[in-house]
Amino acid sequence: MEHISFLVAVVIITALAFDFTNGFHDTANAMATSIATGALRPKVAVTIAAVLNFAGAFLSVKVATTISGGIVNEKTGIHPEIIFAALAGAILWNLLTWLRGLPSSSSHALYGGLIGATVVGVGMNGVNFDTVLSKILIPAIASPLVAGLASWGATKLAYAITRKGNAETATKGFKTGQIFSSSLISLAHGTNDAQKTMGIITLTLVSVGALPHGALPPTWVIVSAGGAIALGTYMGGWRIIRSMGKGLADIKAPQGFASESAAATVILTSSHMGFGLSTTQVCSGGIMGAGLGGPKAELRWSLVRRMVYTWALTLPAAALVSGGAALLVRQGTWGIVLVGAVLVAGSGAMWLISRRQPISADNVNDVTPVEVPATAPANAPTPASTTVAA
Amino acid sequence: MHIKWNALAQTAGASFGITVAVVAVFALGILALSRREAALSAREGEAAPAAGGGRLALAGAYVCFGLCAAAVVYGLVLIAAP
Repeated sequence: MEHISFLVAVVIITALAFDFTNGFHDTANAMATSIATGALRPKVAVTIAAVLNFAGAFLSVKVATTISGGIVNEKTGIHPEIIFAALAGAILWNLLTWLRGLPSSSSHALYGGLIGATVVGVGMNGVNFDTVLSKILIPAIASPLVAGLASWGATKLAYAITRKGNAETATKGFKTGQIFSSSLISLAHGTNDAQKTMGIITLTLVSVGALPHGALPPTWVIVSAGGAIALGTYMGGWRIIRSMGKGLADIKAPQGFASESAAATVILTSSHMGFGLSTTQVCSGGIMGAGLGGPKAELRWSLVRRMVYTWALTLPAAALVSGGAALLVRQGTWGIVLVGAVLVAGSGAMWLISRRQPISADNVNDVTPVEVPATAPANAPTPASTTVAA
Repeated sequence: MHIKWNALAQTAGASFGITVAVVAVFALGILALSRREAALSAREGEAAPAAGGGRLALAGAYVCFGLCAAAVVYGLVLIAAP
């Protein structure tokens, strides 16, 4: 590891930045309903999630030996510049959806980025579209439906069984249960998603010969990947937490417990059976099922529609940005610097726009929908964000 | 093109079954707890200590929560050793 080129250093930093946005984006998956029902106070919830995400990074003995699970042909497509372009697209899409308070899959953003960058950098033959269908698209459609159905059934049962009991005892009991179910989701998340970043960094180092083939992730990689995702988780993507916890339905403790249990079960069963899926979509599907299964059987369909559109857009949008980035990066060092500059400027712009409607631990449980208010007339938010997304 | 529909259906079925079972057992545990509370407060009103119902309900609650804990431990095993 005596010689690490400029590009490799940039890839490692960008990978850790992606890992940060991944944690940031996905805090809501585990904790949104626990925060919404008051099972955990917001700060406590993100702290637990951060610790468990960090722990999850160390937990699995399965080594991240593949970035994409066969979606791109890694023998031809794994040049550091392609990984860098892929990460740039994934980060920008993650931040744009965060700005709009929409939960979208960080994994799909990453896969989309890899596909776009590979098509530009290697060609169509670098992507295994069969695998895209069987490993991404089908689970993406099936998993939220299964989680939603399971959560709907579990919610119905939970209400039916505890109807004759004391309501106060029931609420307290389900809130306690939520602490465990959301913790399990956090742990599973850390194991899955921190490993992706470890895989990216390790394979980048392997591809430039800094590590031997088949090398395990070095300890500094495990620690920094776990640290980045934990830090992102702790920062709490409050915008998405509000959308998921308060925006979809008015979630009560039994519904929160049912949806979290459904999400945890679907995630663990699927990864045991070898299906990769999006934690985000599973958790959102669970909340939707719990909303419909609850006593009021309500769901805010406008937000559901926006979420589903976002899920469908995630992969192609990230692919488009990353494809563009791959074109630039191939031009040499100035291209890399330019993509880096666009990445930093785009991220900074989205952060600034988010300040117009700040959402934090203190106001996360308000019911005001997360929007991007166009208060500044001259430099309206949409042109800024569409330039980086297009 | 090879899609493992069978495995997909199994995963979906298992996910549904496990979720509903765990949540139902947990809800039963909560019901048992509130039965115990009811039994305890009823006993305070009476002079004779009739402890049976309360104790049985508590034992039931322990069994239910124990089963849920077992499911969580199994989940942890799945995470740690895929």
